[in-house]
Amino acid sequence: MDTMRDRFAPVVSRLLDEDPRVAVVLAEIGRDRFVEAERRHPDRVINVGIREQLLIGTGAGLALTGLRPVMHTFASFLVERPFEQVKLDLGHQDVGGVLVSAAASFDWPSGGFTHMAPGDVALLDTLDGWTVHVPGHPDEAETLLRHAVGAGDDRVYVRLSVQSNREALAVDGERFLTVREGRGGVVVAVGPMFDAVLAATEGLDVTVLYATTVRPFDARALRRAAGAADAADVVIVEPYLTGTSTAAANDALADLPHRVLGLGVGRRELRRYGQIEEHVAAHGLDPASLRERISGFLGGLARG
Amino acid sequence: MERMTGDEKHGPAATSTLDVLWVLYDRVLRVTPDGVRDPGRDRFLLSKGHGPMAYYAVLAAKGFVPVEWLPGFGAYDSPLGHHPDRVLVPGVEIASGSLGHGLPIAVGTALGLRAQGLGGPAVWTLIGDAELDEGSNHEAIAFAGPAALDRLHTVVVDNSSASHARPGGIAARFEAAGWSAATVDGRDHEALYEAFTAPHPGRPRVVVARVEPKNARPAPLFCSLSLEGHTRHGHHA
Repeated sequence: MDTMRDRFAPVVSRLLDEDPRVAVVLAEIGRDRFVEAERRHPDRVINVGIREQLLIGTGAGLALTGLRPVMHTFASFLVERPFEQVKLDLGHQDVGGVLVSAAASFDWPSGGFTHMAPGDVALLDTLDGWTVHVPGHPDEAETLLRHAVGAGDDRVYVRLSVQSNREALAVDGERFLTVREGRGGVVVAVGPMFDAVLAATEGLDVTVLYATTVRPFDARALRRAAGAADAADVVIVEPYLTGTSTAAANDALADLPHRVLGLGVGRRELRRYGQIEEHVAAHGLDPASLRERISGFLGGLARG
Repeated sequence: MERMTGDEKHGPAATSTLDVLWVLYDRVLRVTPDGVRDPGRDRFLLSKGHGPMAYYAVLAAKGFVPVEWLPGFGAYDSPLGHHPDRVLVPGVEIASGSLGHGLPIAVGTALGLRAQGLGGPAVWTLIGDAELDEGSNHEAIAFAGPAALDRLHTVVVDNSSASHARPGGIAARFEAAGWSAATVDGRDHEALYEAFTAPHPGRPRVVVARVEPKNARPAPLFCSLSLEGHTRHGHHA
């Protein structure tokens, strides 16, 4: 199967053809995928070299002239390295743009910690007004990329990963989907965590929500699901830093006695290379570990 | 400028830019208070957001903001802060304060205008000599030369405030990246005007405006600029 990132350049290249407002800014990474688009739109496909502060500053300048910039590189160099540019050049200038990242939390484990960004969504959570899409399948990535670029002058982050579910769901760029219904609690699976969560909750009496647009957080969907369960016990399984959405879930359930367990990528640096599956297991995100932690938290209710 | 109080620590930063700003707004920039949203306007991006009193004074003198706003400088309900905010002040193109953001944004602005076939408008940014310490500027300098951004202009107001002076001088840093460069007396209006308007085909342009060192007494010329005097002047293209 192709990856989400394989869809990125073709989708955005089509958007460059369709919409004269769209521009792409790159910092070398991913440039080879835009060769044809650059030939057709030399003024709107811009490679600034290995310069990530300039990547964001350039996008901001393009936006100030009325264009819709799409800025792309690995998550660590897109959100973390130029974070002040993201905060000031986009947010404080009150302009929009689309950040599209690759490599996610540990897509390239043999590359080590320098190329891992489990904290990207948590960092963006310190800023106002960001929409965050976390697709779980290349088809969903395509849908959400179109959604992001078409979202007026909004600030949007699209987090692409090689981790992917077997099948795409009909995501709408806004709401959580209810995939399974039960009475023993609610499990929210974010993007690429969906298949593992489905396997982990097989036979448990729980509601499973599927989230690909995590900011704004679909508080209504979570409140509805938690309110319908016997107890408002919620587990959120995220492919990035553990607990990133716990505060959003707590806010959604403020009027209801509730418990929330956040599962995701641990804060501790593993200092390990190897394969994605090994990192998934090390962070307890494989189906067996998830099942143990989810049923342990939900207790007897979930076992129906 | 006397009407704005409360940011005296940035007094030298404010007065160092005054003549540059005046020559730009009086004789070089093609932008008017009625045209602050005109796609064809020249853009001036004040990167060195510290000590914006001279900037506000010039914007008031040219009618972009009411003179009555000036005494509120820095107050909770004033649009005029110790660092400018484009959302609050008409004619202000970027919010600045954190150093090293204006030049990279100016690069993007020049690229955005070019992508839309707007070859007319010039893009200007003003930075300080110490602001050049920030590495983000060097990302922009190194890119803009080879990208041949000939609508991009940078003024470096050099009041010798960098702790570690740039080896070989400021202009040399830009020239090495393919910019057209000139270094002039930052208090000499004719010299500034000539440097600002000299042709530089195919290359971005930097003008290094040297003024008295940061801790020296301000030049008397600063005191001679009264808002009332200058509002009577016409706008020159």
